[in-house]
Amino acid sequence: MQKTQELKPVRQFQKVCDILEKYHYDKTKLIPILQEIQEEYRYLPKKILNFAATSLEIPPAKIFGVASFYSHFAFEPKGKYVIKICDGTACHVKGSMKLHEAIKKQLKLEEGKKTTSDMLFTLETVSCLGACGLAPAMVVNEDVHGNLTPEKAVEIIKTIQKQENN
Amino acid sequence: MSKQYITLNGKKTEIKGDEKNLLELIRNNNIEIPTFCYHSHLSTYGACRMCVVDIEGRGIQTSCSIKPQEGMVVRTHTEDVRKIRKIALELLLANHDQSCPTCERSDSCKLRKLSAQLNIRQGRLHQTDVKKPLDDSSYSLVRDPNKCVLCGDCVRYCAEIQGIGALDFAYRGTKAAVLPAFGKPLNEVECVNCGQCAAVCPTGAISVKSNVQQVWAEIDNKDKMTIVQIAPAVRVAIGEMFNLPPGKIRTGKLVAALKTLGFDKVFDTSFSADLTVIEEANEFLNRKMKGEKLPLFTSCCPAWVKYAEQYHSDLLDNLSTCKSPQQMFGAMAKSELAAKLGIDPKNMSVISIMPCTAKKYEAGRLEFEKEGIKEVDWVMTTQEIGKMIKEAGIQFDDLANAAFDLPYGFATGGGVIFGNSGGVSEAVLRYAHEKLTGNNLEYVEYEEVRGNEGIREAKIVIGDMELSMAIVHGLKNAGEIAKAVKNGEVNYDIIEVMACPNGCVGGAGQPVVDNPKEILKRKEGIYATDRLMSMHKPQNNPFIRESYEKFLGEINGHKVHELLHTSYSSKKRIFEEGITVWGNEQEAEVTVKICVGTACYLKHSQKLLHDLIGHFNNSNLKNRVDIEATFCMESCETGPNVLVNNEIIRKATSGKVIQEITKKLA
Repeated sequence: MQKTQELKPVRQFQKVCDILEKYHYDKTKLIPILQEIQEEYRYLPKKILNFAATSLEIPPAKIFGVASFYSHFAFEPKGKYVIKICDGTACHVKGSMKLHEAIKKQLKLEEGKKTTSDMLFTLETVSCLGACGLAPAMVVNEDVHGNLTPEKAVEIIKTIQKQENN
Repeated sequence: MSKQYITLNGKKTEIKGDEKNLLELIRNNNIEIPTFCYHSHLSTYGACRMCVVDIEGRGIQTSCSIKPQEGMVVRTHTEDVRKIRKIALELLLANHDQSCPTCERSDSCKLRKLSAQLNIRQGRLHQTDVKKPLDDSSYSLVRDPNKCVLCGDCVRYCAEIQGIGALDFAYRGTKAAVLPAFGKPLNEVECVNCGQCAAVCPTGAISVKSNVQQVWAEIDNKDKMTIVQIAPAVRVAIGEMFNLPPGKIRTGKLVAALKTLGFDKVFDTSFSADLTVIEEANEFLNRKMKGEKLPLFTSCCPAWVKYAEQYHSDLLDNLSTCKSPQQMFGAMAKSELAAKLGIDPKNMSVISIMPCTAKKYEAGRLEFEKEGIKEVDWVMTTQEIGKMIKEAGIQFDDLANAAFDLPYGFATGGGVIFGNSGGVSEAVLRYAHEKLTGNNLEYVEYEEVRGNEGIREAKIVIGDMELSMAIVHGLKNAGEIAKAVKNGEVNYDIIEVMACPNGCVGGAGQPVVDNPKEILKRKEGIYATDRLMSMHKPQNNPFIRESYEKFLGEINGHKVHELLHTSYSSKKRIFEEGITVWGNEQEAEVTVKICVGTACYLKHSQKLLHDLIGHFNNSNLKNRVDIEATFCMESCETGPNVLVNNEIIRKATSGKVIQEITKKLA
């Protein structure tokens, strides 16, 4: 346990260097670079962005501008499981906010917080997942769940919680 | 080619061909189309939608982003056009904190002006009531996000003219804002305080930080003697605060106004500029004789100095060690003058009136403070002093001219032309010619170094010496020249750098201008002032001579160095914590910090980092060492730099670092 904790930052930082190298320090590839950095850290640490700005020779304000424009990018660490509840028109009409409420209750999330304190779950809403036929829908990491009810949604979360507890 | 025409409001109008866009053509024909986000010297953005016109067959279009074409039929104030402009403006107003009567920019706000011009008499839309916090962390500027209309003028100025990019758009939609990196305060990022963002800002979203209250307090304090210095460029712009055209020389009236306000002594920064010329010219000639530390970069512009410290630390030895005229004045006032007047420097307040916002930052630099006494206590801009004069109810243009006080009120034209880009170079030439040839210089005007281009070159022959000079304004231009110097592409002896367009006359502390051409009139005003002066060569200034004889001693001598020269050190661009690369759960015995800031990065600090990780990964010492990648230790010239606990290892190699770590662990 001790060992992996030590090595993680090394591996992560090496990874950032590798990502920059892979894109030949090309500033026009900023978005794919940011995506891969976020994949590694689960968010965009400001100091890493600052490092990337130096390496890519662009002002840090520009990187911040790009990163803050897209809701995909986060400046706070996200949980291991990112739950995106669709709140586009179709899902909204079919009660997406009820799903949100139910999951929020299940995760015991306080008002204004998106990520659980054990860093396991992050709960967000998105504008449209493009799966209106399955409304109301949500995505947990890469898995899409459709035709949900608050009960079904909570069941999905419970399953993950059980897995994690084992 | 035959002439081409458009039809403008029913009138046949020629396309001259040199118009950047339809907007300029219309303006050239005496119709003032409103704009927020259009500046002729910046790229076209097309965001404010104020410049819309009706083009037959194409509908309503923004005239800033369209080229005039033969046969175009353009109408500038149809019902639709007027409506769209009004709605656009009303929307901007709804998002704008309308605290107009108390706003720093109330008398020069474009939003206010256009609301009046477009006859907006009532706000139909609800205002947002969310208040965002002010950022007044900077010495020079205050950012009020509640007043921002997102025109992006500041963003483009900073990136396109200054080559810095300290501000940019962040977030999106209703949350969109113009911010420094990561929303940090302005004094923690790479801003050099040139203030041009405030000069192009159409509202009070970025404004010059006001020191009016503090200066009133100094005047009111009867225990303190207030000494004021006026920079060259102020005299040709102060009139604009009182509705006079730009470039009118109002030195005498400004002196009279300051005396009426209650300042005890009124002096001229051109005096200390004369002193700067003598010191800097001698410093240059010494370097030239020895062939070292060339090209010499001038150092009177504090925005340029900070820029160089942040981006070109390897050229800092080339910067003239001379303090700027503002600081030389302060240093002289608090030593020679205080002694002459028989007062304790603690009871003296030196106030400068500058065309510049970066001078506020300069006066606050720690190098210019000794034992708690600052050389310059407060810096006021031309705008601020204009406001003080108004507050006191002084009818500026009705004042009888008054003369500067002596001794520091006597200056030559050489000191006055410092206000223009090319002025420092010309003044140095006026001095160097006589110093090198021993002949009297009859005709003092060096047309070769004058002009408006952002980068100018001149070759001047003095006796048997040929001087190769470059004169630069705008920091993006300065950055290009600095790179060319480092790459050995150019071979100059002297490079004069001013951050603002056309030099100090175009400073951000000057009254706000709508048209950059007005700055050229100030420039003419400066050259006209020079012609009116009784002397033009700094070396002839009798009071400077007296100062050297009775107080300063030798030119470039010991005392002079202590008082009038300074040094520079590399500065980090942004305050940010380091990246933990190798962290033990409890703090390890040895912490190694490897700089990955730009300068060190270029010197392969990343490889060094990898080597160290490799070394400790395979060693039994790994639990006893923490490794951190950190940003800028502010000694870039000796990079790559590594800190082992508190010891700095310069020009580090993995061997050197490992040796030091082993020693620390032993």
